[in-house]
Amino acid sequence: MASKLTQKEIVDKYFLEHRAKLLDIAAFLDRIDRSDATPIDFRVKAFMKCIDELQSGKQGRTQRILELLSDQSTEPIESAGTKGASGAVPPLDEFS
Amino acid sequence: MAYIDPHIHMVSRTTDDYQRMAQAGCVAITEPAFWAGFDRSSAQGFFDYYRQLTDTEPKRAATYGINHHCWLCINPKEAEDVGFAREVISIIPGFLDCENVLGIGEIGLNKNSKNELIILEEQLSLAERMNQLVLVHTPHLEDKLKGTNLIMDAIDNTSLDPNRVLIDHVEEHTVRAVLDRGFWAGMTLYPDSKCTPQRAADIIEMHGTERLWINSAGDWGPSDPLAVPKCRLELASRGHSESLINTISYDNPLSFLSQSGKFSVK
Repeated sequence: MASKLTQKEIVDKYFLEHRAKLLDIAAFLDRIDRSDATPIDFRVKAFMKCIDELQSGKQGRTQRILELLSDQSTEPIESAGTKGASGAVPPLDEFS
Repeated sequence: MAYIDPHIHMVSRTTDDYQRMAQAGCVAITEPAFWAGFDRSSAQGFFDYYRQLTDTEPKRAATYGINHHCWLCINPKEAEDVGFAREVISIIPGFLDCENVLGIGEIGLNKNSKNELIILEEQLSLAERMNQLVLVHTPHLEDKLKGTNLIMDAIDNTSLDPNRVLIDHVEEHTVRAVLDRGFWAGMTLYPDSKCTPQRAADIIEMHGTERLWINSAGDWGPSDPLAVPKCRLELASRGHSESLINTISYDNPLSFLSQSGKFSVK
C-alpha cells in the first residue's frame, strides 16, 4: 500500500518533528565530543554506521538500520549473564 | 470507537489508567504474565501473581467496563534457572481453566541463551498438550532478530498451528518473516524502543493488515497505556479508512483471541 499522503503533505506533517530529532542527534554527538571521547563506545560506532545508511538514498533504511544494530549470529549463547540489551552489538569480549 | 489493547500489563498501572483507557474507547484487554522488574524468590511468588491476574485484575478492570483477560507463563528473563522455571511451570495447569485465561504467554527469549530456549520449548510443549493459544515475546533491541528466528524455529518443531500463535514486538526487520511463516504479528507502541505509532502506521502501509495488530504493552517502564488510540489517530490523520483502523485495533485482535473460546468484549 502506497502512502496516502503526497510528499508535500508528509513534509508539512512531519518536518518540524524530525528537524528537532536531527538537532538532538547533532547535540548528542557534540556532547560526546566534549567528553573524554576515547575510546569510542561501540554503540557510538554503530550509530555512525547507521547515519551512513541514512544517506543511501534507497527505500528500506529502517530495516537496514535495525539489521546493522542486530546480533547476526544464529546459535544460542551459553548463558544469559545479564537481562538488559544495549541497543547495538557489544564487542565479542563483552558477550557473556 | 471501540478498541482492544491485546497486550498491556495493568498490574503495573494505576486505576486512573483504566479510566483513561475506557474514556478513549478501550473495551477489552489481555495481560500476559511478565517480568516484574525483579526476580521472584519462589514459585509461590508466581502463584500469587497468577491469582492477581485471574482474580484481582479482572475485577479492577470491570469497574471501568473493560473486559480483562490474561496469559500465564514464566517469562524468559526468569528462565535462566531451569529448575526454578520448571517449578513455576508446574503450577500453571492449575490456572488454565480460569475463565479469563486465554493461553500461554508471553513466552519467548530474552538474551537468546540455551536455558531460555529449553524453557521456551517446555512451555510450547505445555501449550501443545493443553491445546492453548500462545503469545510470544521477542527479545529487545540487538537480540530481537536472532531471537525471533530461534523462536520461530522452535515453534516449527512442534505441532502448534502458526495461526494460533502471535509473535509480538515485531519491527521492520522481523515483521515480514513472521507473517510469511504463517504466524500472527503484534506491533508494540513504545516511545523509545520497539515501534512508535508513526512507524507502526508505516509498517501497516508496507505490509497490510492481515494477521497484524497493535498494542501498548504498557508496563512499569517508559510506555503509554493510550498508545493504541494514538496510533489509530495517526492512521486517521494519514487518510486511512475507519475500516482499516478498526481492522488493526479491533477486528484482528478479536479474530485471533476468539480462538481461545474465552475472549469477550461484552
